[in-house]
Amino acid sequence: MSAGFRTLLWKEVLRFWKVSVQTVAAPVLSALLFLMIFSHALSSHVEAYPGVGYTQFLVPGLAMMSMLQNAFANSSSSIIQSKLTGNIVFILLPPLTPGDIFGAYLLASVARGLAVGAGVFAATFLVVPLPVASPFWMLAFALVGSALLGALGIVAGIWAEKFDQLAAFQNFLVMPLTFLAGVFYSVKSLPPFWQAASHLNPFFYAIDGFRYGFFGQSDVPPETSLAIATGTLCALSWLTLRLLRSGYKLRS
Amino acid sequence: MTPAVEVRDVRKRYGKLDALDGISLTVEPGEFFALLGPNGAGKTTLISALGGLVRADSGELRVMGHDVIRDYREARRSLGIVPQEIVFDPFFSVRETLELQSGYFGLRDNGKWIDELLERLALGPKAGANMRSLSGGMKRRVLVAQALVHRPPVIVLDEPTAGVDVELRQTLWAFVRELNAAGHAIILTTHYLEEAQELCSRIAMMKAGRIVALDETARLLAAFSERVLRVKFAGCELPAALAAGASLAADGAWRLPVEGAAQVESALARLREAGARIEHLEVAEPELEEVFVKIMANAGEAAPVPA
Repeated sequence: MSAGFRTLLWKEVLRFWKVSVQTVAAPVLSALLFLMIFSHALSSHVEAYPGVGYTQFLVPGLAMMSMLQNAFANSSSSIIQSKLTGNIVFILLPPLTPGDIFGAYLLASVARGLAVGAGVFAATFLVVPLPVASPFWMLAFALVGSALLGALGIVAGIWAEKFDQLAAFQNFLVMPLTFLAGVFYSVKSLPPFWQAASHLNPFFYAIDGFRYGFFGQSDVPPETSLAIATGTLCALSWLTLRLLRSGYKLRS
Repeated sequence: MTPAVEVRDVRKRYGKLDALDGISLTVEPGEFFALLGPNGAGKTTLISALGGLVRADSGELRVMGHDVIRDYREARRSLGIVPQEIVFDPFFSVRETLELQSGYFGLRDNGKWIDELLERLALGPKAGANMRSLSGGMKRRVLVAQALVHRPPVIVLDEPTAGVDVELRQTLWAFVRELNAAGHAIILTTHYLEEAQELCSRIAMMKAGRIVALDETARLLAAFSERVLRVKFAGCELPAALAAGASLAADGAWRLPVEGAAQVESALARLREAGARIEHLEVAEPELEEVFVKIMANAGEAAPVPA
């Protein structure tokens, strides 16, 4: 680990931590609002897994959704802000390698994801006690899920030239994919077509596997989910490193 | 000796515009070099290519012997660029900004040099202030400090004094001169030609992506500008013996080319002989501005029309 990489990682973590009310507390509050509304509206109607109440079922899904969305927001907004204000030159002029840049933005996104996820559990654990069937699976999916979206955020931040392009990426890709990834329901309750469609969504595996870490039950075996999520992460990382190496939209 | 900067036949095209149309130049270690030209001449593109912000279509660029693409890490370690635009990261204070920049270059315990930079650029009282709260001139100083955190042997200043007050200019030039005396090569772009004339030992002039003049400052001045005697008088016509090279300015003063003090003496003697009553008199030194205007005008005729 080079000193340049460590510094950039530190800077990226400081960047969101200095405004943590906005970057951590606000998404935790949103997750709590979702929890209140959906558990109130649906708790008497649905039992997703045998022996698991709807509110309990909902918490890990909401936590993972918040982690995914915030990991994406962290790298993408940092890069586009630096591009638009011009201070990206502070990173482009030093001898940082593409791997340094990729790793630092990715890990900072993971840190933000974990901070938000921890916040959601901290805010709900008294009201909604959860079992922890397997800390290993829980942690593995938390890391891989945040990293997946952190990498996607880097791609989006590099690609977008304006804030509204980034917003489009967020609103038309990240939001629908996270909302439709089985946060609010078990995909087993869906009609066959939508069940199959859900299985094409990589975010679904992150949420489903993460939930396994709590309840020991899931729609897909956690090994399969982790393999698919990690595979997607590897493919996306390869693409991101290629973009950084080529200087795409960063070095004209 | 390895040149500080070596640029060989570098080309860069943006659509139909040749931003760099075959640029070659060499800057020696310890040299104070000016890169001059009108807006859009390609100066900033060339600097950006040197720093790896822009990729040249062809040609080679080296900093302290390191290719800016193949050996980019060493090349960038050897180079400090003060960008033309004022940019900053609003999340951090002045000191944090400099500490982060040091870290990107792999320097961990750089506090002593950061303190010195803060002091030399008169930023000490603002070290803890957020970047957002600084005036434009102060932000510019931070950019200079950022470019110097890793003590690069080659320092590029891209219009560092545009819109900057007299105090900063003087602080900056005193510091840059000292760095130059300590062996750092300095490359300066500026629209204030008197700065270039005073500071730089060699000058390249660019127009439309090409180098149209490249020589020592003194030789450019000697070749394209001259010392003139400006004299306003009444009582007679200009003596015929002084007519060669003479021109009449709008204010009614004559400009007579003179090479040294002896010629000034003899010109005045002739005027007196002719019965002139001298009303005003001054000797003007050669000016880079005159050189610049002449070279740009000549280059304009020769320059090809962009396709």
